[in-house]
Amino acid sequence: MLRFAGKRLLAAVPLLFIVPFLVFALINFAPGDPAYALAGDNPTPERIAMIRHNLGLDEPMFARYGQWVWSAMHGDLGVSFIADQNVTDLILRRASTTVSLVVVAMVIAVVFGMLFAILASLRPNGIFDRIVNWVSSIAIAVPAFWFGIVLASLFTVSLRLFPAFGYRPLADGFGTWLSFLVLPGLALGLLPAAEVALQLRSSLGTVLKSDYILNAEARGLSRLSVVLKHALKNAAVPVVTVLGFRVSEVLAGSVTLEIIYNMPGLGRLAVDSVLARDVPVLLGFVLFSTTIVVLVNLLVDISYGYFNPKVRT
Amino acid sequence: MTATTVAPTPSADQPEGGAVETSLLRGMLRRTTTVVAGGFLLLLIVVAILAPVVAPHDPNAQDVLNRLRPPSGEHLLGTDDYGRDVLSRIIFGARVSLVAAVQAAGLALVIGLPLGIIAGYVRGWLEVVLVRVMDAMMSTPSLVLAITIVAVLGPGITNAMLAIGLIMSPRFFRVARASTMNVRHETYIEASIALGCTGTRTVVRHILPNVLPPIVLVTSVSLGAAVAAESSLSFLGLGVKPPAASWGSMLTTAAANMDTAPFMAWPPGVMIFLTVLSFTYLGDGVRRGLTRTRAE
Repeated sequence: MLRFAGKRLLAAVPLLFIVPFLVFALINFAPGDPAYALAGDNPTPERIAMIRHNLGLDEPMFARYGQWVWSAMHGDLGVSFIADQNVTDLILRRASTTVSLVVVAMVIAVVFGMLFAILASLRPNGIFDRIVNWVSSIAIAVPAFWFGIVLASLFTVSLRLFPAFGYRPLADGFGTWLSFLVLPGLALGLLPAAEVALQLRSSLGTVLKSDYILNAEARGLSRLSVVLKHALKNAAVPVVTVLGFRVSEVLAGSVTLEIIYNMPGLGRLAVDSVLARDVPVLLGFVLFSTTIVVLVNLLVDISYGYFNPKVRT
Repeated sequence: MTATTVAPTPSADQPEGGAVETSLLRGMLRRTTTVVAGGFLLLLIVVAILAPVVAPHDPNAQDVLNRLRPPSGEHLLGTDDYGRDVLSRIIFGARVSLVAAVQAAGLALVIGLPLGIIAGYVRGWLEVVLVRVMDAMMSTPSLVLAITIVAVLGPGITNAMLAIGLIMSPRFFRVARASTMNVRHETYIEASIALGCTGTRTVVRHILPNVLPPIVLVTSVSLGAAVAAESSLSFLGLGVKPPAASWGSMLTTAAANMDTAPFMAWPPGVMIFLTVLSFTYLGDGVRRGLTRTRAE
């Protein structure tokens, strides 16, 4: 099992180098120059050259990339072009907000998705089964950020059930922390929840038709305990795959929800750095997101080994 | 074929004869959801083309005295923060969404389909390299890549959609490659090569017809995904430039005014939702039609 995990890790690591390299290459070959954006109106050629030199932009791309990788491995992501702040600090300070939001959204997705799929599978083609199927397939088309706006205007602005927009760290107490995350988490978790429900319901349907389930039912076990004790583990594999894919989407979606709910996360930072062409911050954001996605994919791969020992070889 | 037996909504269709295309189309037309979805999209396209004729007002005409008004006889869907008519902006926004969707899905198709067929037909080191690159693109967070590309090329709807198209191309690549590999060693392909057909002719005449049906499905789903992606990029201010109307940028205004004009979030949101849903159901109709024709 450990060797299996190690192999997967080795396969995943190159991505951490490739994606930032692609960004470097893109920025290098793109028209326009961040130095011009920083120099203000009507800059002299000397001033442009000075800014380029200060930012290290006059060096060849591979040299800059090599330097960036070397510093990144030492935890240094450079200094923001705009804010004159250390990028590592900037990202780490904001990462907890984004990670909290993503975790809450994923927990909502797993809990509700599994709950509805299990309840639906108790009576295949029953009324509840059909409602779950219908609602989930419609929920997949709901844009998360729009749902976020609707939830906010309904529960925060009109009914005042939730605190004003913003974010409080976990250190302020679990309840306070959660109260700021419930609505954006729900908005962000709706789509993965619907997918988990559909996927788990469909794979439970397949598993529940197999012989060992028939055997368990013949021994007189109730439907619920058959589903929970015998079917769930085998039906879980495709669900884990769906979840793995979705983490990257949820991470992306957190950008819009952070802006709607005015949360000091990475989303606002990323959008601002794009508009200002703040390359170091952007690279830091890319590296952070890629790392998260690589880690999650790794966990997904390892979980295949847990659910299905045949994969481990 | 266990997958079809557990399909959530069972359809009582018998297999039918005829060419793949006609039976596929007939199978699709028999499903109400597919017809409704297709009808909605058709209507949307007509409205988008005829936007200047259909729209009751100039979408950019400001009327600051009537800002953020709820729906009324004069403005059926109310007005926005500059007093512009929301209905007219929704109608013109349909143009942006559809053009953006076609740009993104079109680019993804143009990149993914030929590369996928080449990878599946030629095999060898070229395939290994292509698969690696596409896999790397698939495991990168899509919006992050889109944001990066927009950062490099500058904000703007075409740049944003180029980014989305590039990101979606691995979907087309995978399907094209898999379907090519499926038929690569069929007797009729080998016969075509033995008869002296050039590689291009074999691919165009014999492989492409097998690859296209599943590609139609991917295209439909991708068009929906592109509409959703365009709206979130425009929402973030990385898509259309003001004052042009886009459903996504209209939601930016709605989010900023949710305390005074809560109704404003509904028209653009519902339009995005219905468009994405329709593309999904259209794709679903294609998929069902495909599994049925394959089962024959």
